[in-house]
Amino acid sequence: MAQPSQSPTRSIFGSLVLIAVIIAGGAAAFAYTAGWFSPQRLTPEKMVAALAPPTGVALGHRRNHAKGICFTGVFEANGAGSALSKAQVFTRGQYPVLGRFNLGTADANAPDATVRVRGMGLQISTPDGELWRSAMIDPPFFPVSTPQAFYELLIASASKDPNAMKTFAGAHPEIAAFGAWAKSAPWTGSYAEDRFNSLNSFVFTDSSGGEKTVRWSLLPAANPVPISQEDLAKRGPDFLEQEITERVRGGPQRWTMVVSVANPGDPTADPSKAWPEDRRAIEVGTLTVQKIEPERDGPCRDINFDPTVLPSGMRTSDDPFPAARSSVYAKSFDLRTAEAKDYPRTATDAKP
Amino acid sequence: MIGIRLRFTPLQRLLHWVMAVCILAMLFIGVGMLSTIKPKYLTLVSIHKPLGIAILVLALIRLVVRLRYGAPPLPADLPEPVKLGARLSHYAFYVLMIGMPLLGWGMLSAAAYPVVLFGGVHLPAILPHSDGLHTLLWNAHFYLAFAFFALILLHVAAALFHALVRRDGVFEAMAPVSTRDEIAPAE
Repeated sequence: MAQPSQSPTRSIFGSLVLIAVIIAGGAAAFAYTAGWFSPQRLTPEKMVAALAPPTGVALGHRRNHAKGICFTGVFEANGAGSALSKAQVFTRGQYPVLGRFNLGTADANAPDATVRVRGMGLQISTPDGELWRSAMIDPPFFPVSTPQAFYELLIASASKDPNAMKTFAGAHPEIAAFGAWAKSAPWTGSYAEDRFNSLNSFVFTDSSGGEKTVRWSLLPAANPVPISQEDLAKRGPDFLEQEITERVRGGPQRWTMVVSVANPGDPTADPSKAWPEDRRAIEVGTLTVQKIEPERDGPCRDINFDPTVLPSGMRTSDDPFPAARSSVYAKSFDLRTAEAKDYPRTATDAKP
Repeated sequence: MIGIRLRFTPLQRLLHWVMAVCILAMLFIGVGMLSTIKPKYLTLVSIHKPLGIAILVLALIRLVVRLRYGAPPLPADLPEPVKLGARLSHYAFYVLMIGMPLLGWGMLSAAAYPVVLFGGVHLPAILPHSDGLHTLLWNAHFYLAFAFFALILLHVAAALFHALVRRDGVFEAMAPVSTRDEIAPAE
């Protein structure tokens, strides 16, 4: 069985060393892949940590856009979107919708008038079993060009160094346009009067395999009535949730979904750059919000509006944000679903 | 008349080595995807899910084959505790190979994520939407992945110890190519 060997002791020792090296190498490769030797790697944990507000993490809540309220309704496709994507959601018909109006803040108790950015999470389900999830916001462009820059923006905003933001703006001049929008764009007194934009680009594939890079927006049917930030503050810290609840109780609220198609050379990878106004825009259908429910016991609570949950006929583009958002949203979801006891349901049939 | 089989059957060896590659890739993809927010995150996730289901299918086939053909006997001079450890490690491998994909699938189901294999091919949810279930399964999937990798390192160390130090035929029993006789000579 055992082969004769010139020096069994040395050969055994050499074998043991070889085995140790192979095992240690395997463990090291695994640790390297996991990022344990790369403290500079931007992980979802780091991004989530950078999002934490000075008031402390809102346990049990989303790590950003923490304040929100659920809605349900329908998306009625007019059929025009089928020219762009083979997804069933664009075939003429009505599809159930679940969504969430929200404020772009990590503080679940932030007064409405202190939050400049508003958002809408949306999920449309189709009979073929596909889901289309999207999380949109109301600015016409994103503050920065890359996820790394967004991380640096979070670090700079939280920094005690008085020059941190100036230094950041020097390195990321695209932030200036967002700053100008935040200062000058009118506020509204209702989610129903806000326009929500995907900002990120995606690739739509039609039934013959043709591909177009697109962004989409939801345009409110309600006429936006400007209100000053001060007047909004006077209406109360949770006015927007009360208002949309009352408003939808009085009648469904509608948005038109418009898909914009990029021309060759448009900045598809950079959501901080709007595309020119004259780009081909197709009205693909109408979102009707029929019912509002508080988040605590509502259907949107444990839904992750991950923008990479896309039906067949849509995929991510060269825009790096959806991947980053997907990984960070998942981290946020894993954390908050484990903290349910910190955000208890009120319903008597509450799940554990 | 058949002698005692010293090696696993060719089908068992094929399944072992194909799955070895798949499972190692799976574990590296798993820890790698959780460490990045770059676009490769989506690529890795999109491999992780179908590869996990492929491993589940292969593991079930392998279990049937193992129950049908068994395993070659361990060397008679191997101490009993070591033999016991070897047997238990095989149980652990089967539990993990079948359990990990099911935990992942269940975890996605409990989070109401679609389970996309490729293109428009989806798997149904196997559990109801529940934050409590999601947390339980996520933790199990995460920590068992490290236990799985540790078990693989132990397995590789043991295999190499048999191959290089003991030279007792245990490694050759699963080696991809034949280096010795398939059937034991009479003792």
